[in-house]
Amino acid sequence: MERSIIQVQHVTYRYNKESEKPALTDVSFDVYEGEWLAIVGHNGSGKSTLARMLNGLLLPDEGTVTVSGITLSEKTIWDIRKRIGMVFQNPDNQFVGATVRDDVAFGMENIGIPREEMVKRIEWATKIVKMNEFLEREPHHLSGGQKQRVAIAGVLAVQPSIIVLDEATSMLDPIGRREVIETIWSLKEKGLVTVISITHDLEEAAKADRMIVMNGGKKFAEGTPKEVFRLEEELVSIGLDLPFSYKLSKRLLEKGVPLATRHLNVESLVDELWTLKSDN
Amino acid sequence: MIDNIIIGKYVPGSTVIHRMDPRAKLLTIFLYVFIVFFANNGITYFLLGLFTFIIILLTKLPFSFLWNGLKPVIWIVGFTFLLHILVTKEGDMLFRFGFFSIYEEGLRQGFFISLRFIFLIFMTTTLTLTTTPIEITDGMESLLKPFKKFKLPVHELALMMSISLRFIPTLLEETEKILKAQMARGVDFTSGPVKERIKAIVPLLVPLFISAFKRAEELATAMEARGYRGSEGRTKIRQLKWGAIDSIMMASILLLSIILLLLRA
Amino acid sequence: MDIKIRQLEHRYQMNTPFERLALCDINIDIHEGTYLAVIGHTGSGKSTILQHLNGLLLPTKGSIQLGDRLIKAGEKQKNLKSVRKKVGIVFQFPEHQLFEETVEKDIAFGPMNFGASFEEAKKKVKEVLPLVGLGEEILHQSPFELSGGQMRRVAIAGVLAMEPEVLVLDEPTAGLDPKGRNEIMELFYRLHKEKKLTTILVTHSMEDAAKYADEIAVLHQGELKMKGSPKEIFRLTRELEQLGLDLPESIKFVMKLEEKFSLTVEDKPLTLEETADFIEALLKEGVVYDR
Repeated sequence: MERSIIQVQHVTYRYNKESEKPALTDVSFDVYEGEWLAIVGHNGSGKSTLARMLNGLLLPDEGTVTVSGITLSEKTIWDIRKRIGMVFQNPDNQFVGATVRDDVAFGMENIGIPREEMVKRIEWATKIVKMNEFLEREPHHLSGGQKQRVAIAGVLAVQPSIIVLDEATSMLDPIGRREVIETIWSLKEKGLVTVISITHDLEEAAKADRMIVMNGGKKFAEGTPKEVFRLEEELVSIGLDLPFSYKLSKRLLEKGVPLATRHLNVESLVDELWTLKSDN
Repeated sequence: MIDNIIIGKYVPGSTVIHRMDPRAKLLTIFLYVFIVFFANNGITYFLLGLFTFIIILLTKLPFSFLWNGLKPVIWIVGFTFLLHILVTKEGDMLFRFGFFSIYEEGLRQGFFISLRFIFLIFMTTTLTLTTTPIEITDGMESLLKPFKKFKLPVHELALMMSISLRFIPTLLEETEKILKAQMARGVDFTSGPVKERIKAIVPLLVPLFISAFKRAEELATAMEARGYRGSEGRTKIRQLKWGAIDSIMMASILLLSIILLLLRA
Repeated sequence: MDIKIRQLEHRYQMNTPFERLALCDINIDIHEGTYLAVIGHTGSGKSTILQHLNGLLLPTKGSIQLGDRLIKAGEKQKNLKSVRKKVGIVFQFPEHQLFEETVEKDIAFGPMNFGASFEEAKKKVKEVLPLVGLGEEILHQSPFELSGGQMRRVAIAGVLAMEPEVLVLDEPTAGLDPKGRNEIMELFYRLHKEKKLTTILVTHSMEDAAKYADEIAVLHQGELKMKGSPKEIFRLTRELEQLGLDLPESIKFVMKLEEKFSLTVEDKPLTLEETADFIEALLKEGVVYDR
């Protein structure tokens, strides 16, 4: 977790070059190899713009983005896109192929990978996302969660070192969401990729290694979920929520229950309550 | 409603015809369209019919599927038939009713021309019933490759085609959703004066276009993010395999063409 | 307006090879002024049921009584418009139905379809705008210039302007951020309370079902599996888990507590506040909390 793989330095971006208010103002941060970084913020906070800066879908007006030592510019975008895979919000609008197999192949076809190699990688990647039995399926016969897993397989097949999820779970039902999060979790556990997840699902963000909170196009906070959720009401005031166990810990502390800390997951809160109870 | 429209075309199967290379199928159809016009007497029509019949048998498709393909155009066939009967005034007169007279040659021609139509429709229906649209696209792309030299954007056309095909079900679903949403807001698409009904299409079309444009934009972004930059340096996962069956088919259609040329009156 | 659903069955594409049973023998009574939440997976038949409530789909068996109007399978239905006036549906992503040049015209579209003049409709537009938290300054803007959240409010206003007696909501907060979600849910709850609007919410969110509904109906593969108050439904934790459904956070939490403390809690708390009270009591008295 020490080696920095992406450096974002003083990035500013305006969609409309004449407009006063930039979509991003002076944003700087690092992404470390192998970590799961969650970027959170309400709709319009600049988090999706930020995601599009990372692989050159947008180029910064000011500041620099460096990925694996390559500085992002018109000349290097294609090189960088091989290193950063991106999964978008709408499962339908990123499914290019006629079948699962075609779609997983699309990214590899673009960079000219030989066919025999593609066949191998399709098998490998669809197995990881558990879609290997659906290779001939057409997209309109797949659920949202399945389509997103296919999108992940398509990204993996190109073997990038970084995967960016741009609200990839926000249009899914709870089952689909779980499927996708579990898939990403397994990728991270296997050490396959560095994960950057743009989300407003705070329960999901609480599982990440680190979080960045965006607000009004600026970086509002950065740190481990524990450090970030300590901001409490400040997060609520910018349109975010807190995980249930955190809210509950907080309420219990207010009621005078002597908790040592505010918990980010249910298990650790239950454990501490058990200790408290035993000490009574 | 959606599945009906889509699956109504391609019928999955694993017959010889299903497994043929789409290029072979396309070339066969292409040749067939020409030789249909070679036939002009009993024996040539018989051979043409026999060939068509054998192909249909090989697909193992129920005849009702072919009939469905014929249904929408049957009135054109009927119309052609009538036209020939009424216009051609050669051979013996068979029947007369006032100004209205039917000659032997008219009946013969009407019959043969209608048969040509029916054969053509059967063959093309067989193609679409046994070949997925995406295979047809692949076949076309491959066959049109030589025209790249003449600046024909073959790859782009094929990609456009395959993306359109892929989005048909999505857009149909979308149409149904918007239709229902507007009906819930009191729009009546099915009754009332024609003028009102035409006006009722606006609340359907505007959201549909907006959504289609939004989809196109997002799709373009996703394709760009996945490294798409045109046909250059691109490899393909889909590959076409020319097999023995395909060669046999090409040989048979060529043979048929020659026989028809020799036997035609 | 009371709603009575009797032996409702719906088959898609009847008499074709693609026939599919979507609903089977559904019986539900929805009394006037109730807030009913319908939960279940994608494909459980939730959306199919709600489209029956205003005649967008007609039953293939059984019947639906909507006030004094009876919609029965096999009978020809005329003038479904009068039903659609009484039952307003806010579909998922309702902003996708916007099409007019201005916000005002779009909101007025529904009322005008039901016979209001533009002047009358304009008056209704002014009435519903504050309900959805929008100001009059946007009336003459194009709906497509607004932010996603604002567009959704405009679309909701368009349904409210029809002054329905029953409001049907299909995942009205899908795709919104936590703040937007909360605001929209509170908005509907306020309408339900203040205008005594019968509200039917189709949702994946167990939190919302637990928080707002008087009654919950659970659908699974086209069948009605359970119906009852949130307390009654969320007591059936095992059954819900068997159906693969999620549970509200507070219930999940108490279940973890049960495991660790080896105790059984009959009446599990449904809100954060109740959960906090429960734990406080548990720690102080050491007895099982009971209400």
